[in-house]
Amino acid sequence: MSWLKPSWQGLLAILLCLIALALGAMSKPEAAALAQPEASFDYPYLATKGLMFGLLLLAALASMARLSTIVEALVLFIGAHLAAWLLITGINGYEGTALAPFFLLLAAAWLLGWRCVAVLSSLRPVANWVRTALRLIIPAIFGAWILIIWEAVTRGAGIPFILLPPPSAIGARIAGSLPVLGADVRQTIFKAVIFGYVVGSGAGFLAAIAADRVPFLRRGLLPIGNMVSALPIIGVAPIMVMWFGFDWQSKAAVVIIMTFFPMLVNTVAGLAASGHMERDLMRTYASGYWPTLIKLRLPAAAPFIFNALKINSTLALIGAIVAEFFGTPVVGMGFRISTEVGRMNIDMVWAEIAVAALAGSVFYGVVALVERAVTFWHPSVRGG
Amino acid sequence: MDSFRSKIIPVTTILAAVVVAWYVFAVVLNAPFQRDLDQRANETPGTAEFIGKTLSQPKPTLPAPHQVAVNFFENTFLRSVTSNRSLVYNAWVTLSSTLLGFAFGTALGIVIAVGIVHVATLDRSLMPWVIASQTIPILAVAPMIIVVLAAVGITGLIPKALISTYLSFFPVTVGMVKGLRSPELMHLDLMHTYNASRAQTFWKLRVPASVPFLFTSMKVAVAASLVGAIVGELPTGAVAGIGAKLLSGAYYSQSIDIWSALVAGSIVAALLVMVVGVAGRLVDRAMGGRPA
Repeated sequence: MSWLKPSWQGLLAILLCLIALALGAMSKPEAAALAQPEASFDYPYLATKGLMFGLLLLAALASMARLSTIVEALVLFIGAHLAAWLLITGINGYEGTALAPFFLLLAAAWLLGWRCVAVLSSLRPVANWVRTALRLIIPAIFGAWILIIWEAVTRGAGIPFILLPPPSAIGARIAGSLPVLGADVRQTIFKAVIFGYVVGSGAGFLAAIAADRVPFLRRGLLPIGNMVSALPIIGVAPIMVMWFGFDWQSKAAVVIIMTFFPMLVNTVAGLAASGHMERDLMRTYASGYWPTLIKLRLPAAAPFIFNALKINSTLALIGAIVAEFFGTPVVGMGFRISTEVGRMNIDMVWAEIAVAALAGSVFYGVVALVERAVTFWHPSVRGG
Repeated sequence: MDSFRSKIIPVTTILAAVVVAWYVFAVVLNAPFQRDLDQRANETPGTAEFIGKTLSQPKPTLPAPHQVAVNFFENTFLRSVTSNRSLVYNAWVTLSSTLLGFAFGTALGIVIAVGIVHVATLDRSLMPWVIASQTIPILAVAPMIIVVLAAVGITGLIPKALISTYLSFFPVTVGMVKGLRSPELMHLDLMHTYNASRAQTFWKLRVPASVPFLFTSMKVAVAASLVGAIVGELPTGAVAGIGAKLLSGAYYSQSIDIWSALVAGSIVAALLVMVVGVAGRLVDRAMGGRPA
C-alpha cells in the first residue's frame, strides 16, 4: 500500500459521494421521474450526473495516491471546481428543487477544494514569483469557494431573492446599472471621502506636529485623543447634516472628524519612535528642531503615519456612507443603500456593497503600496 | 501617580479651552437665527441680552454646554427609568445589544485565532480575508441586515448584536493571533523538552502568554461593538436606543437631544473601555503578573 496515503478530506468526500449515490434522486423533478418511469419528466443532471460523481471520486482517489504535489493540486483543483460548476449550471431552471444529494455533492466538492488548498499551502517553493503567486492563489480559492457555496445554496435551496440573492444576480445587477453606481461613487467617494480624508488626516498631522513642539499641548491632547478614539464619533453625523446641509460637505465634515484623531494619536506616537542615539547624533551635527524633524523623526514616524492612513481609509468610507443615512441629495452610496432596502431591491443593495468593498480595498491597497514605496527601509517591508 | 498629576493640569486646561470655544461658537452659530427672530419681533436687545438669548434657544444650531448638561441631567436622573425618553433606558437598550455582540465577537475572534495558529491551511487562506473583511464598510450593510432578518422574523437584539459581532471580531482575531504566537522559541523548546503535548503547550504556555494581548484588543473591540449597536439602531425606525435618539433628534431637529444622546453614548463607551481595562488588570494580577 505504499502508493496510498491517507487524507481525511478525500475519505470523507468519497463517503459523501457514496451516500449521495445511495440516496438517489438529486432533485424533486428527478424523484418524480423515478416514481413514474412511464411518464417523461424533464429533470436536471440528466446527462451530467455520472460525470460529476466520476470527477469527484477520481479527484478524491487522486488526492490519496502518491503523486507529485503539483499534479495532485492540479487534479484536485480541476475536479472540485468542474464538479461545482456542473452542479451550479445544472440546477438552472429548477431552482429550489434540490434534495439532500445535491448538498452532499457540494460538500464533497468543497472538501476536495480544501484539500487542494492544504496541498498548495504545504508547498515550499524556492522561486520568489511562485511564492507570490501562491500567496495570491490560496486566498483566491478560499474566496471563490465562499461564492460557490453561496451561489449553490441560494439556488439549490431556493432561498427567496429578497433574503439573499445569488452572486450571479448581483453581478448582473452591477453590469446592468453601471451609470447609477458610477454617479453614487462620484458623489460619495470622489467628493466626500477624498476631501474629508485629505483634510482630516492633514489636520491631524499638523496638530501632532504642534503637540510635539509644545509639550504642554501633547500632555493634554494625548489622553483626550486616546479617549475620543473609543467614542462613537459617527454620532455627530446628524449634527453635521444640520450644519452643512444635505450635500457632500456635511459628509466630508464627518469624515474629517473621524480621521483627525487616529492621525493625531499615531503621529505623536511615531514622533517618539526615533531612538535616543540617533537624536543625539543629530545634536552633535548641530541640527536644529526642524532639520531633525524632517531628516530623522518624520521618516522614523512613517510606519505609524501609514498605519493611521490605513485605519482612516476604512473609517472615511464608513463615515461618509453612514452620514448619508441622515439625509442626502438623491445620489450617493448610503442613500442608495437605505432607499433600495426600503424598496426591497436587495440585489441593488448588494451591488452597492460590492462596489463599496471594492472601493475600500482599492483605497487600502493604494495606501499600502505607497507605504511600501516610502518605508522601503523598514524591517517589516524588507521581510528581514 | 506622578504621571497622572503631570497630565491632569494640561488635560483640564485643554478641556476648559474646548468649553470656552464651544460657548463662543454657540453664540456665533446661533446669532443669525436670533437676529432674525429679534427683527421680526421688532426688538433691539443689548449685547449681553442678545448673547443670553443665543444661549437659550429651544432648537439651537449649536446648543450651549449648559443646555446639554441640563437636558442630560433631566433625562437621566429626573425621569423614571422605564420611560422611553429616559437616557438610562435608551442607553440600556444599546448596551445590551453591545454586550451580546461583544461576547459573540470575542468568542468568534478567539476561535478563528486558535484555528489560524494551529491549522496552516487556515493561516494561508483565511487570514488575508479576515484583513480584507475590514476594508469593507460593513456599517453600510447594517440597514440591510436589520431589514432582511426582520423579514425572516428575527427582530430585537440579535440583528444589532450581529453587526457588533462583525465589527468586534476583527481586533480580537488579530490580537489573539499575535498573542498566541508571542511565546518565544526558547519557551516552546522548553515545552518540547518536557515532552508536552500540543494541548498542554496551548493551555500552559500559549494561552497565558496571550492574555495581555486579548485584553488590549478587547478594549478596541468593545468600542467598535458600541458603534455597531448604535448604527444598527438607525434603520429600525427609531424605537429605542441611543441610535434611535440620534435619528429622532435629527428628524425633529431637536439638537439638544442629539447632543445629550451623544454624551450618553460617550459615557457608555468610556465605562465599557474602563471596565475591560480593570478586568484586564485584575486577571493579570490573579495570574501573578507584576506591574512593569
